[in-house]
Amino acid sequence: MDTSLVQQAIDNVNFAAIMPALILCVVGMAALLIGVFSKRGRTFHISLICLFGLVAAGVATVGGWNQPYQFGFSGHVALDNFARFFNMTFIIGSILTILMSDDYLKREGYPISEYYPLILFTTAGAMLMASGTDMMTIFLGLEVLSVSLYVLAGLFRNQVRSNEAGLKYFLLGAFSTGFLLYGIALIYGVTGTTNLTDIGNYFIYHPALLTNPMTIAGMLLLSVGFLFKIGAAPFHMWAPDVYQGAPTPITAFMSAGPKAAAFAAFLRILLLALGGLENDWTSLLWVLAVATMTIGNVIAISQTDIKRMLAYSSISHAGYALVGIVAANEIGISGIMFYMLAYTFMNLGAFAVLTLAGKKGENNLTLDGFAGFGFKQPFLGVAMTIFLFSLMGLPPTAGFAGKFYIFAGAVKAGYLWLAVIGVLNSAVSLYYYLRVMVYMYFRDPNEEFEWVALKTGAVISIILAIIGVLYLGILPGGVMEMAKLGLF
Amino acid sequence: MTEHLLSLLTFLPLVGMIVVLFLPRDNGPLLKGCTLVVTLIVFLASLPLAFNDVFKTSAEMQYVEFVKWINIGDYFQMNYFVGIDGISLWLVMLTTFIMPIAVLSTWNAVDKNIKGFMALSLMLETAMLGAFISLDLFLFYIFWELMLIPMYFMIGIWGGKNRIYAAVKFFIYTAVGSLLMLVAIIYIYYHAVQSGINIDGFSILDFYNMSMEPELQTLLFLAFALSFAIKVPMFPVHTWLADAHTEAPTAGSVILAAILLKMGTYGYVRFAIPLFPEATQQFLPYLALLAVIGIIYGALVAMMQEDVKKLVAYSSVSHLGFVMLGIFALNIQGLAGGMLQMINHGISTGALFLIVGFIYERRHTRAIADFGGLAKVMPVFATVFMIITFSSIGLPGTNGFVGEFLILMGAFASELRWFAVFATTGVIFAAVYMLWMFQRVMFGKVTNPANEKLDDLSMREMALMLPLLLFVFWIGIYPNVFLEKMNPSLENLIKQSTSKQHVAVVEVEQPSLLTLNK
Repeated sequence: MDTSLVQQAIDNVNFAAIMPALILCVVGMAALLIGVFSKRGRTFHISLICLFGLVAAGVATVGGWNQPYQFGFSGHVALDNFARFFNMTFIIGSILTILMSDDYLKREGYPISEYYPLILFTTAGAMLMASGTDMMTIFLGLEVLSVSLYVLAGLFRNQVRSNEAGLKYFLLGAFSTGFLLYGIALIYGVTGTTNLTDIGNYFIYHPALLTNPMTIAGMLLLSVGFLFKIGAAPFHMWAPDVYQGAPTPITAFMSAGPKAAAFAAFLRILLLALGGLENDWTSLLWVLAVATMTIGNVIAISQTDIKRMLAYSSISHAGYALVGIVAANEIGISGIMFYMLAYTFMNLGAFAVLTLAGKKGENNLTLDGFAGFGFKQPFLGVAMTIFLFSLMGLPPTAGFAGKFYIFAGAVKAGYLWLAVIGVLNSAVSLYYYLRVMVYMYFRDPNEEFEWVALKTGAVISIILAIIGVLYLGILPGGVMEMAKLGLF
Repeated sequence: MTEHLLSLLTFLPLVGMIVVLFLPRDNGPLLKGCTLVVTLIVFLASLPLAFNDVFKTSAEMQYVEFVKWINIGDYFQMNYFVGIDGISLWLVMLTTFIMPIAVLSTWNAVDKNIKGFMALSLMLETAMLGAFISLDLFLFYIFWELMLIPMYFMIGIWGGKNRIYAAVKFFIYTAVGSLLMLVAIIYIYYHAVQSGINIDGFSILDFYNMSMEPELQTLLFLAFALSFAIKVPMFPVHTWLADAHTEAPTAGSVILAAILLKMGTYGYVRFAIPLFPEATQQFLPYLALLAVIGIIYGALVAMMQEDVKKLVAYSSVSHLGFVMLGIFALNIQGLAGGMLQMINHGISTGALFLIVGFIYERRHTRAIADFGGLAKVMPVFATVFMIITFSSIGLPGTNGFVGEFLILMGAFASELRWFAVFATTGVIFAAVYMLWMFQRVMFGKVTNPANEKLDDLSMREMALMLPLLLFVFWIGIYPNVFLEKMNPSLENLIKQSTSKQHVAVVEVEQPSLLTLNK
């Protein structure tokens, strides 16, 4: 082996470029070990350790905001503002998830200590995806993220639905990863590199290769892989079953962080490597964005299970975010970044309410089970109302600011009709979000309504989410500015 | 103080809401009292606006406040930009004036979840005032949408039997319209940026000066017009109104009729017409046609109602049709009449809903057939009801007459002459449905034994009605106090809606309003 190459590789190592992910991995491993030596069923201290790890990773992320970018590992990783912004989204999502988890796991009878480290590993994988500037790093991140999620989704191993969720997610996820790899291989075959910037440059010097069938096929296969993770139509079939079957905090977690990570990586690949094919992927994603929004919203209307309804609504939100990619301008991309953060707050908040409102087995999370809920449990009712208004995209909430940001990008890029379809879809979504409120406030409670106890962790996460939703809704300027600075 | 007066008015109710949220939930009188005090303070604080003579001479925005709010460089900017002119002045006053009355009307009517109702009322007041004073389109949109939330819950929680349907219908109808308007707002902004004019955020004052191609105006105008037409409501998107009005609790109906509906007409005057003057001209006949259909259709449907509240609801469709006709006349009489009629409708229809509330609280029915001969049992009530009925019909000496007269005169003077001819029948129909209803409810023998021992109006109820009666006569006899302060702004609006046009418009000699009323 050529020693100079090894030396060069070692010189290129820059741990600062992966510091947040590194912290999470180290803390995660430590927590895993501590879990092994702890008494069975005791998980609270593990969750605290993991929260601490997330906060440390958050400090490492925010500390370098707007500092010179960190590059490392021979151009495989870049910790730029883009990655830092997404990292913050992941960390916030994970913190909210862990806060709502502990009492939930105890109630459902699965106080498993590996749960928390797995969340950290997922987050680390998401961070690698967001900061990956090479297809291989992105793939690596995606695998770390996915494998941890497969386990988390099937965590309740004695429950059929959870098993179904885990297995379905695993089989379909592995399949889609195959597509992604194949896409990477084809692009590599055309350009001879997996580095995103190099691919982009290669196409600039060899524009004829852009129309090469191999390039087009590679782009399509890559898109399949990411659209699957995003949960966009027509690759959304897994989402409702997995979201419904997975433990509720994990559903919440999955719908925010990993989805944002897929968007981050997808954006980097499309803009850096495949920028020359912009016309092709915008027209493709235009159609898919419309399909995703519409399918998600229309099917959500007929759901009676709130968790499943939120699963479909999550599909439609992926559609709104895709509008930002179609716009493919600065505002649209910053819009996606902002929207993912906003969505993290509002969706995790809504799910946090569900973790508290559910009873063991969670068979009461139906619309009927929520009859009169708002008056019996005023705090949870008001919180849920705020989150639902935000999901609808009504001012003054984060959801409105986010939608405004993305649709502003679309309108500026000239996609007026896409924006119109988008807002009309929001109008459709009003119906099913309002229906939850109709049950919560306008119907009388069932006779057997039982008050559910408020648990500290989940309440903290709900309060944090409310603060996030209202702050991003009323004073979105600062974070919007950050999303603007986050462009790579 | 005066430089922040508008913000103070707008956000005081919000502060009040937070206070109310921390009061004990079962102390009803305290909750209601606190809300009443807050709304009264807001009313008193708004009085200096009404007595400011600057509106008589200036069409400029007054009490302007400008704070940078969101500033994302070349992406977009939004500002907290508020101010009022003669157009919004009286709508702000109407809001602050009606709110204490609406709150006082809940004293016996709202008995469950009082805290929630009071908090929502105060939130609603903030949203309504905010929408009337916003000069930044984005800010306006925020307040505009914010209005939906409290009203939705008011109808849904405290409403009648069919409340869920009514609440959801209300919400979806109004939200669909405004979502399209949102896209139009974004589009206008980027159009302004591209055309290179100097803009300060989404300031409408800047957008007024922007020229747009006619095709573009058509599209954008349609988005705005639809949103406002739903809110007004104009035929054929008026169907939510009957449900919402009928199911809403009394205070909700009063606020809905007196203030919320004015958002739609105000939207035309403030946004749709001056922003898109050419498109306005293009759609003028169609909109006037819809207004006239609304006048006649609303009146005919009202005639056949068996429920007093439904009758009043449909009479709103008819009255708002008059307002729209006056506005689309686009001359000083029509616009002044339309603006005045907005206030009149707020007063007289608000009062009618209160009256319906009075008899509903006594008899728990609103069917006309259940009443008859009430005049003998409740003489004071009969007098009040009669005055309000006359005001609603537009009898000379009451406020309704001045408004409708100016509107019809304006419409005759404009190119909408034939529309005015048909609209006039609406005045006759109004007399038919109102007087017929009044006769069946109030006159004749007391046929129903349950009606024999009804109490006449209490002190509280008189206190509600007296201020409204005062304005019925004040506007009816000496409307100049109100008209002279809107005139400069309306003149300015007419200039805006004609000067931007490429086609030369022949100036018609307009008789001055001031001579007309003196």
